[in-house]
Amino acid sequence: MNGIPVEQGLIVAGLLFVLGVAGVLIRRNVLFILLSLEIMLNASGLAFVVAGARWLQPDGQVMFVFILAVAAAEVALGLALILWVYHWYGTLDADRACGMRG
Amino acid sequence: MFELIWLIPLLPFAGFAVLALAGSRLSRGVVSVIGTGSVGLSAALAVVTFAGFSISPPPGNAYVLPLWRWVTVGGFSPQVSLCLDALSAVMVLAVTVVSFFILLYSSEHMAREEGFSRFFACMDLFVGSMLTLVLADNLLVLYLGWEGVGLCSYLLIGFRYEDSANVRAANKAFIVTRIGDTALAIGLILLFIQLDTLSIREILVQAPQRWFPDSGVAVWAALLILGGAVGKSAQLPLQVWLPDAMAGPTPVSALIHAATMVAAGVYLVARTHVLFTLAPSVGGLVAVVGAVTLLMAAASALAQSDVKRVLAWSTISQIGYMFLALGVGAWSAAIFHFMTHAFFKALLFLSAGVVIAALGEERDMGRMGGLRRDLPAAFWTFLIGASSLSALPLVTAGFYSKDLILFMAWTSGTGGPWLWAAGIAGSFLTGLYAFRMVFLIFFGERRTAPAERPGRAVTIPLVVLAFFSLVSGFLQMPAALAPVTIFSDFLSRSLPPLRGVPVSFTTEVILFLDAMIMPVLGIAAAWWLYLRRPGLPERWAGTAAGSALRRFWHSGWGFDGLYGAVFVRPFTSFARLNRDDAVDLIYGGLAWYSAGLSSLLTRTQSGRLRRYAIGIVAGVVIALGLVIWFKESP
Repeated sequence: MNGIPVEQGLIVAGLLFVLGVAGVLIRRNVLFILLSLEIMLNASGLAFVVAGARWLQPDGQVMFVFILAVAAAEVALGLALILWVYHWYGTLDADRACGMRG
Repeated sequence: MFELIWLIPLLPFAGFAVLALAGSRLSRGVVSVIGTGSVGLSAALAVVTFAGFSISPPPGNAYVLPLWRWVTVGGFSPQVSLCLDALSAVMVLAVTVVSFFILLYSSEHMAREEGFSRFFACMDLFVGSMLTLVLADNLLVLYLGWEGVGLCSYLLIGFRYEDSANVRAANKAFIVTRIGDTALAIGLILLFIQLDTLSIREILVQAPQRWFPDSGVAVWAALLILGGAVGKSAQLPLQVWLPDAMAGPTPVSALIHAATMVAAGVYLVARTHVLFTLAPSVGGLVAVVGAVTLLMAAASALAQSDVKRVLAWSTISQIGYMFLALGVGAWSAAIFHFMTHAFFKALLFLSAGVVIAALGEERDMGRMGGLRRDLPAAFWTFLIGASSLSALPLVTAGFYSKDLILFMAWTSGTGGPWLWAAGIAGSFLTGLYAFRMVFLIFFGERRTAPAERPGRAVTIPLVVLAFFSLVSGFLQMPAALAPVTIFSDFLSRSLPPLRGVPVSFTTEVILFLDAMIMPVLGIAAAWWLYLRRPGLPERWAGTAAGSALRRFWHSGWGFDGLYGAVFVRPFTSFARLNRDDAVDLIYGGLAWYSAGLSSLLTRTQSGRLRRYAIGIVAGVVIALGLVIWFKESP
């Protein structure tokens, strides 16, 4: 299959991943941190798909389905936690929710 | 008929158990019935046993009742067993009878005290421990009783613990006797290592077979046992605890001085007499310790103004006589003096207790006087006790026992004129201080009016003990007077007989006359100083030398100050220096260092989610970087 070269696919996945990481590190709103996490998950999913295409195996796409399931579960849990954080602290600022300081 | 001797120590223990567990819920009447009755029953049993023993002695003159095996560890398997022989029979009889009368007296004397049942519980435990000690067939069981006696003396001296001075006196008694106890414990270990047994009868048989006379191990064994005896019996140099032990109630002093505790040392030496025969040098040391102690304590008794302290020093002095007798090998003379001393010293304490209670806890003899008519029962019994203490010739028991000791101190193979001279000088001083008490308390002008008179539970013990203080001496009389040797014949069933170098009849008569004259001289001197010329002692004490000597004797020859300067104060100041524990500094530093490190690390624990995320990312980057680095450059 002559599609997109595997290097370019991986570069896109890497860029997406770095974007996600940067989002997690920079954003203070918990909701956006969760969004960035989703981006990171999708980046790794993309890498799987690209690798599966490279080796002509369906496993990459199977992995992506798994990642989607994990992401869905994570979003469900994460949103519930965010609701609690908002309820508890009255804000979505991750830096203000620092009750575990030693 | 001796199968029941286990009941003799058990009855007081049972009394203790009942009073300790339920004493606070019982009425005072019931408490005193249980406390006195248990010892009374055991006294009755002791009388029956003693009678049986003297009429039909068991084979070998010793009845051994094995009870159970204490513990078995390798070759060490001490047997808990009781042994009744002539020596322990005499001791059991004297201890139970005297204790019973002291307890009977206490049931009235202590009636208004707080902690009535606690008092009787401790007294019962005291008597039970002493009986265990006396009846023990094994040195380990003896040591059990020995420690029990020490514990009870601590509990009873500190009976009125609200006053911190009493607590200090109790601590002092416990700590000072503990020094002796430690020596005894080491002696026990030495005996076990050398002879593989702690059974007293086996030790007495094996020691002469295994050890040479005056060999190192024999000397050490005897010395260590002597150390224990010196501590318990308040002899030089461990005599300092006994005068302070007067902090306890008067019946306690009577019990400690007459029947239990201080007699334990004398008994121990008599019981292990073979070891002292094997080490004649230590035997000589025993005699010297006794002679020096009896003189020193008699001089100290002269300078006291507290009546109970006079009696305390007199006890130390009389025990000194017993040690003198033990040292010259006159074992039965020491036990004879123990018995008469038990009667008259208990009597003296109890009648002094009547006077003290009647004057409202007044112990200073300077504020007594003229009580002869107000307290006739106390006067007559105290007079009898003091006469017996000062060995008034022919009519008192103390005379016969002391005369025997003096006679043996001269004639015994290891005795000599010097020991005899110390004893005879001591008997002059004894007459002087004994009758100084009598004259100061009961004669002269009345300074304090008595508030109350003793009841029947107090007078009966006084009369009975006074009777024994007079007649118990007729069991053994000097050969110059009448050949009565019932007591030493009886004791010769378990102790070596009295052996002396034969002396001429003239020497014997001269010794006898000296022993008669010296106490009378002492009493006459007391009469002259305290009744005829009452101002004279004060005038002597007023001079510089006189007051210095008085202060020196009053403080017991400065031993308290010496020990305070040499042992107590360096120890306490070292303890104060080391208050924070120098060794602890290392571990304290370790803890401080860890705490600092931990507070550094807690800074990283910021609680901010994004910081942690940065940490994770950095970790991943570093790990990946390392992997790549090593892959690129193998």
